[in-house]
Amino acid sequence: MGLLDKQFQNGNVLVTSLDTLLNWARLSSLWQMQWGLACCAIEMMATSASNFDIMRFGVIPRATPRQVDVLFVAGTVTLKMASRIKRLYDQMAEPRYVLSMGSCANCGGPYWEHGYHVLKGVDRVIPVDVYVPGCPPRPEALLEGIIKLQEKVRKESLVKKSA
Amino acid sequence: MTAEQVFTSLKAKFGDAVLEAKLDALQPWILVVPERMKEVALFLRDDPAMQFDYLMCLSGMDYNDGKLGVVYHLFSTVHRHKIVLKVQCAKETPHVQSVSAVWGTANWHEREAYDLLGIIFDEHPDLRRILLPDDWGGYPLRKDYRVPEFYNGVKVPY
Amino acid sequence: MNGSKTLLTSYVSQPGEIKTSSGKTLRTDEMIINMGPQHPSTHGVLRLEIVVDGEIIVDVIPHIGYLHRCFEKHAEHMTNYQQVIPYADRMDYVAAMNMEQGYAVAMERMLKIEVPERVEYIRVIMAELQRIASHLVAVGTFGIDAGAFTPFLYAFHDRERILDLFEMTCGARLLYNYIWVGGLSHDLPPQFIDKAKEFCKYYRPRIKEFNDLLTYNEIFVKRTANVGVLPKDVAINYACSGPMLRASGVNWDLRRDDPYSVYDRFEWEPQVGKGEMGTVGDTWDRHIVRMREIEQSVNIIEQALAGIPEGNVQAAIPKRIRPERGEIYARTEAPRGEIGYYIVSDGSTTPFRVKARSPAFVNLSVLPEISRGAMLADLVLIAAGVDIVLGEVDR
Ligand code: SF4
Repeated sequence: MGLLDKQFQNGNVLVTSLDTLLNWARLSSLWQMQWGLACCAIEMMATSASNFDIMRFGVIPRATPRQVDVLFVAGTVTLKMASRIKRLYDQMAEPRYVLSMGSCANCGGPYWEHGYHVLKGVDRVIPVDVYVPGCPPRPEALLEGIIKLQEKVRKESLVKKSA
Repeated sequence: MTAEQVFTSLKAKFGDAVLEAKLDALQPWILVVPERMKEVALFLRDDPAMQFDYLMCLSGMDYNDGKLGVVYHLFSTVHRHKIVLKVQCAKETPHVQSVSAVWGTANWHEREAYDLLGIIFDEHPDLRRILLPDDWGGYPLRKDYRVPEFYNGVKVPY
Repeated sequence: MNGSKTLLTSYVSQPGEIKTSSGKTLRTDEMIINMGPQHPSTHGVLRLEIVVDGEIIVDVIPHIGYLHRCFEKHAEHMTNYQQVIPYADRMDYVAAMNMEQGYAVAMERMLKIEVPERVEYIRVIMAELQRIASHLVAVGTFGIDAGAFTPFLYAFHDRERILDLFEMTCGARLLYNYIWVGGLSHDLPPQFIDKAKEFCKYYRPRIKEFNDLLTYNEIFVKRTANVGVLPKDVAINYACSGPMLRASGVNWDLRRDDPYSVYDRFEWEPQVGKGEMGTVGDTWDRHIVRMREIEQSVNIIEQALAGIPEGNVQAAIPKRIRPERGEIYARTEAPRGEIGYYIVSDGSTTPFRVKARSPAFVNLSVLPEISRGAMLADLVLIAAGVDIVLGEVDR
């Protein structure tokens, strides 16, 4: 967007409506990385199956980090896994988002005290946009998390330079 | 076969290698010396009266008195009897003979016991850490284990 | 099919070199492929290092531990024995009820407690419902791995109805903390029995529907029959258990052969693989054993619902658990096989050592044995047929 942001530093009609269009397109097709870590992943699977149907929000699972917009960290991140998560995150194309699902990914969950091999929160290795609490979060909670992420995307601007 | 019969025939065959037995426990067990574990295991598997062909579980132990140990829960799918074997070794020289050539399943169980308790299984074909990363320090299930402050630059405690 | 087979065998018989049609000799090399820990068909975070010769698998080296959550350490550090149960739940999160039941059975044997009949009946109902739910996850994702997405939706739709039953009982969908040592956290809600009966009635015809959709599908059979054959003696030597062992033709079920709870009061049959589509112990057999077990579980549930007695479900829960010095190994039948707990007590109120012998850990260790010589594409199905849950493999 280099050209546009040089010409339209301040939001004008063109930039704002272009932003709205782009954001609308992005938030309606948040492709997700098809990857689960632990118990929460089973709830994530349930969310993408028939009863909750995550795809109505445009969340489609893809198997490679190069094609996805959002990484759901669903489950316990162990120290052995942490470096792999970082690597996968690094492979994702910008703009990218991370949704941390469940207490384990948020802060270590039930393993916070004696879990010598558990990373106490995935935000120690990668930045997180949305935290979904619960152990495991219900599918409805995950859907709420996606809506929150959509709100965040809606407020962003790809056209204008961010401060 | 009862545990008592197993004990007597083991004692008759291996003599000093079989140390003691606790036959009045909830699940009777027999203590064997670690250096001859494989022989005993082979006998238990192949003897027609025993045929302990199914190793249910192999657990490493830290007894917290300077001793480490391994517990074998055996079962025979032919005769449907059970027995518990134990070996003990000193914490400084934790060597036990591997039984992975006798029961295939022991391979991973022994790797796990090595990983978490640091028991070294002699003659094991592939004794590497299995659960923890290769560069991990220490053996977490030992009672005196201290959780490291950092692992590869990441803070470990909460 | 036959033509390609001979081609492949002639290729395998001369590793290292092949002759092209123009008479030139080409050198070939083995190649190492890495699969996972992020891979859509490793069912979580399993990593496989695969040595292939062209398309043919020479060796598979599984790397596990990416979900090692220190269950055994936690068990030692809890302030009492009941607190271990939530961690047992999280070990096999697809079959949490069965994990709880295994732990409760072990502890009750250690403490020599008798639990009321009603508790046993409720436990059986819950364990069997959970078995169905767990097998549904297994066969549903198996379908995905074979390239069939629709069966997954069917399976999860039905599983959701079971989860509704659980939710109505204890408020949780996945991890329940419902079965306690000596009893249950609380009794069944009043409408449960009717709802469960309704579910059984609804579900029976769905099994056939699912079988028509996936199990007897021509493509599915072609892909799974004769693949990943596990012979009986290898299965026993590797201490496989559950559907894995039964599919290899061993008539062995802990519910019948190492009895616990009240399973002896119901009419049901352990299911064994018969090699209907190929060889005994192939991947298809593992699938059909699971499907038939689902049917048996429905039978058990119906009988248990009909005979459930009245009683207090908390009568036998001990106020404070302080077992004598001693140890116990108790095993029960989880959906994946033998879940054994080796619990050592030093006479205090916390366990001295808890070792969980998890079925998937042991079943997975046989994977290299059964996948050598198979095609690379089949490995996905072989691994899916083992039905691993990484939480329990790594603990
Ligand atoms: S938050 Fe709870 S349900 Fe989710 S992965 Fe952690 S333990 Fe499992």
